[in-house]
Amino acid sequence: MRNPSVETQGLPARGAHAADEPLLAVDNLHVEFHTRQGVAHAVNGVSYSLNAGETLAVLGESGSGKSVTAQAIMGILDMPPARIPAGEIRFHGTDLLKLSDKDRSQIRGQRIAMVFQDALSALNPVFTVGWQIAEMFRVHRGMSRGDARKKAVELMDRVRIPGAKQRIDDYPHQFSGGMRQRIMIAMSIALDPEVLIADEPTTALDVTVQAQIMELLAELRQESNMGLILITHDLGVVADVADKIAVMYGGRIVENAPVHDLYRNPGHPYTKGLLESIPRVDLKGQELYAIKGMPPNLLEMPSGCAFHPRCPYRRDECATAVPPLYSISGTRSSACHYWREVFDGGSR
Amino acid sequence: MSNEMTVAPPPQPAEAPQPAKPGKPASLWSDAWYDLRRNKVFIIGAVLVFLLVLMALFPSLFSHVDAYNPATCNLANARQGVTGAHWFGTDNQGCDTYSRVIYGARVSILVGILTAVITGVVGGGLGLVAGFYGRWVDILLSRVAEIFFAIPAILGALLILSVVGRDNSQKWGVWVVVMALALLAWPLVLRIMRASVISAKNQDYVVAARALGAGSGRIMMRHILPNAIAPVIVTSTLNLGVFISAEAGLSFLGVGIQAPTISWGLMIADARARFLSAPEMLLFPALLLSITVLAFVMLGDAVRDALDPKLR
Repeated sequence: MRNPSVETQGLPARGAHAADEPLLAVDNLHVEFHTRQGVAHAVNGVSYSLNAGETLAVLGESGSGKSVTAQAIMGILDMPPARIPAGEIRFHGTDLLKLSDKDRSQIRGQRIAMVFQDALSALNPVFTVGWQIAEMFRVHRGMSRGDARKKAVELMDRVRIPGAKQRIDDYPHQFSGGMRQRIMIAMSIALDPEVLIADEPTTALDVTVQAQIMELLAELRQESNMGLILITHDLGVVADVADKIAVMYGGRIVENAPVHDLYRNPGHPYTKGLLESIPRVDLKGQELYAIKGMPPNLLEMPSGCAFHPRCPYRRDECATAVPPLYSISGTRSSACHYWREVFDGGSR
Repeated sequence: MSNEMTVAPPPQPAEAPQPAKPGKPASLWSDAWYDLRRNKVFIIGAVLVFLLVLMALFPSLFSHVDAYNPATCNLANARQGVTGAHWFGTDNQGCDTYSRVIYGARVSILVGILTAVITGVVGGGLGLVAGFYGRWVDILLSRVAEIFFAIPAILGALLILSVVGRDNSQKWGVWVVVMALALLAWPLVLRIMRASVISAKNQDYVVAARALGAGSGRIMMRHILPNAIAPVIVTSTLNLGVFISAEAGLSFLGVGIQAPTISWGLMIADARARFLSAPEMLLFPALLLSITVLAFVMLGDAVRDALDPKLR
């Protein structure tokens, strides 16, 4: 539907911004994994976009394709077994999937960076944290050891690690989980990326630390006006930070909404189920709602709407026709044939 | 009444959180060093190895008789038994066994270290490449390694050395034995390195390094190699003893080190026929050989315990 991008020669300059293009746009992305058991369709036509200074939360359970989409954006999928049969990932209007490996590596880490879930395993255990942060400056900016070290201390201060100067020569295992995640974040923002993807950045952390890390990410985004993609399965974590939410299920986006609208009035049965399965103090003593059934097997996707076997709103049509993303309003859409019912139905 | 007695101590000033150990923080390597220094097996092994290396480098420190000088031998003194002048007795040519045992250390240590280093570098390097790149590179290297792996070590070495021949063996000295052993032993190191690299490659920090813009070479050398090399160091240290006894075995069989170079294996071979009448001729070189192999195995064991406590 869109013109395939013609600017594949060379990289877009930093800051040079095509007026009509979002900072990052994923368009009809498909990713499949070729395994011995067959082809797993992990991502089936995902589209979302992100502007500078904006926070997009991508919500979904394990296997929904949210992390695979992020890995495709980063270009860190192992291919094979992964394959991208269709789709575009446009960064400043340039399709990243059409770039050479060399051009791609110029973007990875420098313009689009990523924070991983478990910072302990994502940091190299044999080098000090200072060495690892400084490495970013030495390798990509050609700084001297001394200068890079100074920058590393600055960055550790910026992500608010107490006593950065004393702790720069410590190893990752000597830090607490929250501090390790701060170090991971420091490394990812070292080169001033325009897009930061955080893949479940707080899942491995205590609830109190989760909030601090979220705050930190939100602040860093504001300071440097970068686009932030928060990948999570936890609705509670993103509520205060995100601008808009894309809910994924079975490799598709099932609902797009500004964050507060989604909480107030979900437009897809899956989102609604998720919201109702959050424990609430005012419902204490009642049985907690749970979405029935199991997440779909990627090797044998249900026909029609992938959610139909678990859906309380299902009709015959759902098993045969894949629902398109119906537009609810300018900013909202839902991939449910009966979104009106879900939308108007209030709570069950 | 007890209320008055339990005076609350003044609140401690909140201290800044301290790292667990004061001083330099612990990495895998400094942790391992910390463990090693407290390990008796390591200390005994290290002292023995130190003495043996010293013996190999400066044999004259241990013996005032130069075993390589034929003038020190006197055929009239052949197989004299243990005496005050000849602590370990004399051999068939009337040479002093003690000084020959001391001078024989050089060949053993040299063969052991050179073979261990060559197999470590070649096997480790190829294992790194095979494990990191996978696919056809891995298939090619692994199959070649398996071909060498299938050859029984002593038989293979016998074959190689007899093809090379005695003249060439004499010309190239220890190198012929070293290369024969290395040719047969590198696949073992390749396998260990490959497995270790594959497990390191799938660690999150390698993916994370890639996502933060590190290139292949940097990932391989900075992120995978330091995290995958410990098992290779352990195997190489343990193998050192194995190579030393293999050299002695090959020399004993007459295809390894050639006279006039002094080797414990050769000395044992010379003593074999007269074992009943002159047992000391066989006993002392065999004892030194055993001590040397034991010393390196102890060292290897201690290094393994320090680098991988899970294997204990």
